[in-house]
Amino acid sequence: MTSRARIAVALCLSAVLLTAGLARVQAQAPPPAEFTIGYLHRPPAKSAISLLEVPAPNDGVAGAELAVADNNTTGRFLGQHFTLAPVELKDGDDPAAAVAALAQRGVTLLLADLPADDLIKTADAGATRMLVFNVGATDDRLREEDCRRAVVHVGPTRSMLADALAQYLVWKRWSRWLLVTGSHPNDKLFADALRRAGGRFGAKIVQERTFEDTGGARRTDSGIVQVQRQMPVFTQSAPSYDVLVAADESDVFAAYLPYRTWDARPVAGSAGLVPTSWDASFDQWGAVQLQNRFIKAFSRRMSALDMQAWTAGRMIGEALAHIHAADAKSVLDFLNSPAFALAAFKGQKLTLRDWNQQLRQPILLADGRTVVSVSPQEEFLHQVSELDTLGVDRPETKCRLK
Amino acid sequence: MTVTVTSSNSSCPAKAGHPVNTDLAGLHDRSVVTGSPAFAGDDERGGYWRALPFICFIIAIAFAFAGAPAARAYTAYVSNEKGNTVTVIDTEKFAPVKTIKVGQRPRGIDITQDGKFVLVAVGDDDTIQMIDAATGEITGTLPSGPDPEFFAQDPAGKYLYVANENDNTVTIIDIEKRAQVGDVQVGVEPEGIGISPDGKTLVNTSETTNMAHFIDTQTRRIVANVLVDARPRFAAFKSDGSELWVSAEVGGTVSVIDPAKHAVTAKISFAVPGLRAEAIQPVGINITKDGKTGFVALGPANRIAVIDAVTHQVEKYLLVGQRVWHMAFTPDEKYLLATNGLTNDVSVIDVPARKVIKTIQVGDLPWGVVIGNR
Repeated sequence: MTSRARIAVALCLSAVLLTAGLARVQAQAPPPAEFTIGYLHRPPAKSAISLLEVPAPNDGVAGAELAVADNNTTGRFLGQHFTLAPVELKDGDDPAAAVAALAQRGVTLLLADLPADDLIKTADAGATRMLVFNVGATDDRLREEDCRRAVVHVGPTRSMLADALAQYLVWKRWSRWLLVTGSHPNDKLFADALRRAGGRFGAKIVQERTFEDTGGARRTDSGIVQVQRQMPVFTQSAPSYDVLVAADESDVFAAYLPYRTWDARPVAGSAGLVPTSWDASFDQWGAVQLQNRFIKAFSRRMSALDMQAWTAGRMIGEALAHIHAADAKSVLDFLNSPAFALAAFKGQKLTLRDWNQQLRQPILLADGRTVVSVSPQEEFLHQVSELDTLGVDRPETKCRLK
Repeated sequence: MTVTVTSSNSSCPAKAGHPVNTDLAGLHDRSVVTGSPAFAGDDERGGYWRALPFICFIIAIAFAFAGAPAARAYTAYVSNEKGNTVTVIDTEKFAPVKTIKVGQRPRGIDITQDGKFVLVAVGDDDTIQMIDAATGEITGTLPSGPDPEFFAQDPAGKYLYVANENDNTVTIIDIEKRAQVGDVQVGVEPEGIGISPDGKTLVNTSETTNMAHFIDTQTRRIVANVLVDARPRFAAFKSDGSELWVSAEVGGTVSVIDPAKHAVTAKISFAVPGLRAEAIQPVGINITKDGKTGFVALGPANRIAVIDAVTHQVEKYLLVGQRVWHMAFTPDEKYLLATNGLTNDVSVIDVPARKVIKTIQVGDLPWGVVIGNR
């Protein structure tokens, strides 16, 4: 017998023994019910003005992995086991093909961190068989004219973020805004949300300016010298204002504004005081436990996208702990029912808006070092939930779920 | 002794409570009247001057009346989460008498069964400190494991069960040996700890798993898991062991569980007119020894619910300070003290009258409270 054959025989024998052993274990306790959660995303951006803002390669995925680990801790007591199946789309990849492949693997619950058009394709490809959890896209249209029954929106919208900021600025009596908008479509959408928020809560936009993106690298070894001359000039000769509000989702200029405005004014929006679903410095309402758990697992801090993915994963865990069924309809019915209330370290329960399946949530206002405030501000009242003072409310919605 | 009653009470005029409680000053006076017969009683638990030697005038009077029956005065200890202190309160005068500096972020607090030590979990120092109840000095620590928040003793006073949020375990400590003797793996973010009156069952709640885990204290194994509402914080048995109550802070409910069947038999919900549902966040639970009345602290609702513990119906909401968290009865169950985190004070509730009678200023962010015999 050759040595290779001997190894083969040994391997076969050990496999048989192992199978027998496993069978005995299984006889003692039934195997846990297996659930695979899909995670569909495009690669994160590679650059940012601040090195601290460059997304980690596993941004978002890590949050989903932590939720799966948390669900599995609970699953030990319920006979449930969860696995994450992440799929990264390359340029030109069709989300529909990825959805079909995941469906082949039995995935019925899918977390998606995708741009709006990709998200719609994903939802339509999954049809009624797959429930999509939108963890990334902030577009209001996905919750309004383009809403889908098969999509649950976990992250906040631009209008929720803008309203959260506006409430605080108005409470602070900084109600005269200089609005500076980037030249990309998503910057303009955020500016739209900020204008709407100003109108709703009584802030006045004294002037608007556009910062044209003329291209060029964000990182050059002596670029800071130019920036120091450029930003004061750009913000010069403004009418009297209280706060500069920047709409720069593309991260082209806003981060350069604090301490460089012509007038001594605070900056808010895409830099300075930023509305967000999560911040690595946040420690209220037990959040430090989640922060510690995340850092221990991934050796980095938890981003807003990580938190949104964690929240989606926990929504799934919460649903399955109660209904023990992973089909899209059962999970959606549970999430829309009064039985659903998620604890997500925001000081109150998070629930779904039944008219567009958007998760109600407080929004943090963070300055990069600490969380300055959490909106809604208590002065802004609502007949149903103060959380519905953030974003598009039921009477205003254009969504007709189907 | 009458002199002492008068002087000690007049030295502590009824403090105006929260602005909304303006009708309480008169009630306080009445409580003094009801309190004084107890003071003149012949209770052997008296001699509280030994625990509080720093109140020199009390000592002087106590010596002057040596042999005279002492008061049924208890001592309450309040952990101040942000102030890193423990406030000591004399429950006869309902006034703070001492502030003890402790470690970082004191939360869970209890007194050993022999009354010798006040134990306080100082989470950011990863330990439980032992305060000598007689001197108010910190004399030792217990190896609690990382970030202890809440703990409970078994009825015999031998073991301490500590919830360690960071590693999903309940740590078991032998109090006398001051050593860890075991641990139990539980759900995500263990928080509340309750022990059955017979000491045989330990219940731990896990905040993100949303379960009450029933643990056999002999085998230290989980025997049952009961799903409750979101973010369960606190577990309390009735004194006859017939019911376990578990509060769900985010879910906004109290689940009543049959400890024998491991099943939820009733769910208590709360509704305060004019208050949004999200603000109702039940945390602390205290049930009278006769099993007839339950008190549930409702956090940012700024109220304590009074519950008929037999029918599980809410009978009354008592307005207290902001973010009311934990509570403790005086041993005679005449009074209930409740910590109000955001207003830095403690509300005193007259239990039979079901009224808030006084507010006592303590340190920053009061969290837990425990009341000893002396």
